[in-house]
Amino acid sequence: MPTTRRQFLNLAGSVTFAGTIPIVTLRPLEATPAMLTAAIRNVVGEAPVRTGKVKLDIPPLVENGNTVPLTVSIASPMTADDYVKSIHVFNEKNPQPNIGNFYLSPSSGRAQVSTRIRLADTQKVVAIARLSDDTFWQVTTEIVVTLAACTEEMN
Amino acid sequence: MAALINVPAKARRGEIIEIRTLTSHIMETGFRHTADGALVPRDIITSFTCRYNGTEIFRADLFPAIAANPYLSFFTVAKESGKFEFEWIGDNGYSSSASASITVE
Repeated sequence: MPTTRRQFLNLAGSVTFAGTIPIVTLRPLEATPAMLTAAIRNVVGEAPVRTGKVKLDIPPLVENGNTVPLTVSIASPMTADDYVKSIHVFNEKNPQPNIGNFYLSPSSGRAQVSTRIRLADTQKVVAIARLSDDTFWQVTTEIVVTLAACTEEMN
Repeated sequence: MAALINVPAKARRGEIIEIRTLTSHIMETGFRHTADGALVPRDIITSFTCRYNGTEIFRADLFPAIAANPYLSFFTVAKESGKFEFEWIGDNGYSSSASASITVE
């Protein structure tokens, strides 16, 4: 397939962007444990993940990690050419790094998803949004958990 | 399986509405042990889909880190009167569905 002008400009644009500010785009991923980084790479591929645009609403101090309310929202007009394709939520220290993937469309109207999650430890939660132009944006929040979930004994 | 669905009964055309769903499921993580050391096998819902008059408007992949009795809230634009269909699919052949209707004026 011949490269269209749009594809070429996209590519050229992203190369220039990655080349000029690599520290900003890569450091958030390197600072986190390997499993989390691998899970994120699984979703975003080689694309740079920038910080911003995404808002993560989660209590900073959680007494019971078995059910933690979480809301992810992105400031997006949600029109046919500028919308949020998907939202991916990850954690740092649960047995598994994935929490959930949520797929939206322009007909969503508002880029916001809420659910309840489990947290096994005091840790970071990362939310990543994929926009319609295939750029990735993330936000990271630190949460203190006093009663852990997931791995406790069954009574 | 029991599911609680919250969709406005009526909406104006073009209005952004919130849809909230809750279904009963243990969401056993597969990481817990019984007191005598045996691993409790994983039993979770892995996928949720919402269709609006047959068109998929929202989909989610769920992992063990989703709390028991999965709650999901999301938005959509009320385009036409009709039906929302919800489907949960999970481990061990689990499948459950629910629906709700809306009148758009």
